[in-house]
Amino acid sequence: MSKTTTDTSAAEEQDLGAAGSQLSTAPVETAVPGSFGGNRKPGLTGWLAWTGREVLGWARWFWRQLTSMRVALMLLFLLSLGAVPGSLIPQSGTDALKVSEFQAAHKTLGPIYQKLGLFHVYGSAWFGAIYVLLFVSLIGCIIPRTWQFVGQLRGRPPGAPKRLNRLPAYATWRTAAEPEQVREVALAVLKKRRFRAHVAGDAVAAEKGYLRETGNLLFHLALIVMLIAFAWGQLFKSEGDKLIVEGDGFSNTLTQYDDFKSGNLFSDDDLVPFSFNLKNFVGTYERTGPNRGTPRTFQADITYSLGAYGKAKKHTIKVNEPLEIGDSKVYLVSHGYAPVVTVRDGKGNVVFHQAVPMLPIDSNVTSQGAIKVLDGYKNAQGVSEQLGFAAVFVPTYAKSSGTMFSQYPGLDYPVLNVTGYHGDLGVNAGIPQNVYQLETKNLKQFKDSKGNILKQQLLPGETMTLPNGAGSITFDKQIKEWAGFQVVQQPGTDWALAGALTAIFGLAGSLFIQRRRVWVRATTGDDGSTVVEMAGLGRSESAKLPEELGDLAALVHDRAPTKTDDEPSVPPEGAEQQ
Amino acid sequence: MNLAAATNEHLANVSNTLIYSSMAVYTLAFLAYIAEWTFGSRSKIGRTAAALTGAAAKKAAAPAVTVQNAGGTAVLERPKVVVRAASGSRDVPDGPGAHGGDEQGDLYGRIAVSLTVLAFLVELSGVLARAASVERAPWGNMYEFNITFSTVAVGVYLTLLLLRKNVRWLGLFLVTTVLLDLGIAVTVLYTASDQLVPALHSYWLYIHVSTAIICGAVFYVGAVGTLLYLFKDSYENKLANGGTPGAFATSVMERLPASVNLDKFSYRVNAAVFPLWTFTIIAGAIWAESAWGRYWGWDPKETWAFITWVAYACYLHARATAGWKGRKAAYLALIAFGCWLFNYYGVNIFVGGKHSYAGV
Ligand code: HEM
Repeated sequence: MSKTTTDTSAAEEQDLGAAGSQLSTAPVETAVPGSFGGNRKPGLTGWLAWTGREVLGWARWFWRQLTSMRVALMLLFLLSLGAVPGSLIPQSGTDALKVSEFQAAHKTLGPIYQKLGLFHVYGSAWFGAIYVLLFVSLIGCIIPRTWQFVGQLRGRPPGAPKRLNRLPAYATWRTAAEPEQVREVALAVLKKRRFRAHVAGDAVAAEKGYLRETGNLLFHLALIVMLIAFAWGQLFKSEGDKLIVEGDGFSNTLTQYDDFKSGNLFSDDDLVPFSFNLKNFVGTYERTGPNRGTPRTFQADITYSLGAYGKAKKHTIKVNEPLEIGDSKVYLVSHGYAPVVTVRDGKGNVVFHQAVPMLPIDSNVTSQGAIKVLDGYKNAQGVSEQLGFAAVFVPTYAKSSGTMFSQYPGLDYPVLNVTGYHGDLGVNAGIPQNVYQLETKNLKQFKDSKGNILKQQLLPGETMTLPNGAGSITFDKQIKEWAGFQVVQQPGTDWALAGALTAIFGLAGSLFIQRRRVWVRATTGDDGSTVVEMAGLGRSESAKLPEELGDLAALVHDRAPTKTDDEPSVPPEGAEQQ
Repeated sequence: MNLAAATNEHLANVSNTLIYSSMAVYTLAFLAYIAEWTFGSRSKIGRTAAALTGAAAKKAAAPAVTVQNAGGTAVLERPKVVVRAASGSRDVPDGPGAHGGDEQGDLYGRIAVSLTVLAFLVELSGVLARAASVERAPWGNMYEFNITFSTVAVGVYLTLLLLRKNVRWLGLFLVTTVLLDLGIAVTVLYTASDQLVPALHSYWLYIHVSTAIICGAVFYVGAVGTLLYLFKDSYENKLANGGTPGAFATSVMERLPASVNLDKFSYRVNAAVFPLWTFTIIAGAIWAESAWGRYWGWDPKETWAFITWVAYACYLHARATAGWKGRKAAYLALIAFGCWLFNYYGVNIFVGGKHSYAGV
């Protein structure tokens, strides 16, 4: 079917001549590869010239292919196809843990996926290749189109085709007005309707809707801006996480982060110099009803300052409202409790007094953590040792449940469950260690007098005494909260947004505005009266086109009305009456 | 439980009752549409066949160009515009609609539309009651998303009817799927009303999700048009090639609009909503930027929104390219809608990711 369509439209094109040309700036699909070199003259120079022609020819052919609509379509399709595996296979960028689980579970598939870059699809070479090719195709498509369009804007709408009655919308009548008069009227009417119009031969030629092409070019241009902004952002971005307990502070240097990721071209000097202190964290939760425990508000009250000596300013960071400092944004991403704990040695000297952040493991903030006394502690024999306590904290304990699972995320009935170890914490081995867990390999657990493991549930203010004068641990009557912050720097965001918004407007213009041409021909007919013919041609078929032509015809008709004689008028040549 | 919570629970129950009632009314509307189609089958029109066999031969000989002669008496009458179909397309007239010109069928069709309006109003109240019961917009989970989605889809249909567009033929297909959608919602997806976590407290949520629902509903209407276009086009092809389609196919197809117009309908619908879909994705990115610290992170939901977007862009390009018009472009449109569906159901159910709090 498509074949006949193209055949007829090709025939049609000839019929319309220049009138239908350049109504769009869509690239023409041409170029069939063949031998570009032509005849090869003998000798080295001949061969060189031939090779040159050949290479140039192929390069041109390749470029035309790349920037053709068909290839653009294919690349678009490939891009969406290529994005699929990344959404179905775990990605190291978003969830490294899942990737290692997947690799452990799939011994044969894992390495293959790894080779194909399927664990980091959006950063892989082949995805990048599609992206870059599309990008090049887009540029290669836009530049010539822009020139062509500028040419069209400078030129004038093409003259009327020979047979107006072959166009999609057509109207005609006979009038007593002179042809010149009709053309003048038509020109005025069309210009008033903001058509670009001029008289060409026996007809007025007019065109309107250039905004469509402008919109289209703008849209594709905006896509390029977006792509660049996105790539730029990826290369120069940085993203760091930091946990801060109420009362503590942070200054924006690499060493202070708990975790830090950055793009390939990021340098440490790019970090915006600022610091802030967490004054207070507020979390409130639904008290009653079926949604008891659902978080209502999370907010962190901070003071921050820019540079080393900046003035401190107050600010509140909420979940959807990050703090913006220069190019950096500080997000509130997590929270939890940090009970204050005091550890004493056998003589009663305080060797540890600190708020210990606990990591939540469920939505009611049942939390786990470790208390590590690294130095300053001597055991009953006076020998230096390290102490470690594994702790579980629940903000709301329920006696009835009997388990260490919190019943509510607020601090209604806080309980700290601790068990202690002594020996070597293993933190000096140089291997990074999880701060929320104890490495118990070189530790000995404290036992009570009966030889059972020493474990106790403490209420605020309560103390657990360690056996044989080893000291004690106290759960102070103070529980702080901590907040987790993510500091993100991603340049180019504003450009991406500007590009995106431009793209929408361009798109709307390109899809909703119809580019169309109207011709009004006035000639003297066989009977001496003037035959007015009007026709419209749109870039694509539209119901609005005949409507508009009707309106225009009515306006012209008002000033060049139908001749009122009783003679039956003769239809113009080539038309069939129905 | 305090008073407010009790009121909310009461409202939630009211909402459920309303949703069930709307399902009952939709079922009646469904039956009325069936009656319309059944009575309509009594008339034998065969316009497509006539146009494709008799007229086509004549047309080939002399191009069907008509000239309006405003000569004679009609002095100040506005000149009539003669419209000529694009080259290469068949000049097939639109079918008369599901009632097939049968008076009784038409009556049932009108009843069906009235019932659809009623069901729409009942469902809309159900959605609003749900919103009141949770004191927020009704799209915090898939159940709410589903009921809102079908309400909007029917709303789009009724709006097109109000605008006097030729879309009554959509009725049966739409109501059937709305019943399916609601059935899934109340059985599989039902979630007791609950609240949003702070991450969802943002006005961008309202913008992003409401436009997403509207886009989905409109894409859906477009997809139905595309699907029917493919059937009708096959039917016309068969006739044009001298084949004789089955009686059932003839009866159904003859009553639908011409394939060209079905194609145009779905193109317009898809093209009209594409900028809004672009906006939806951008609004999502803005929201993600303020909630998660990055505007784009290849989260599965984001990825599939992007895939859907690219697929629709493919379709629009295909329509602008000569060799890809018609059926090929229609397949692309269906693939694109498939991507949308997968993004909605598939990603929530099979994939997860940051968006999965939306709860199955
Ligand atoms: C990121 C990829 C792209 C997207 C999302 C995109 C999207 C669009 C959209 C939505 C339209 C409007 C369709 C219409 O007017 O009916 C359009 C038109 C167009 N695009 Fe693209 N495009 C992309 C890449 C390209 C490339 C690489 C080319 C160059 C080969 C291209 C060439 C065109 C042309 C020529 C038109 C106008 C067609 C006409 O005149 O009717 N596009 N594009």
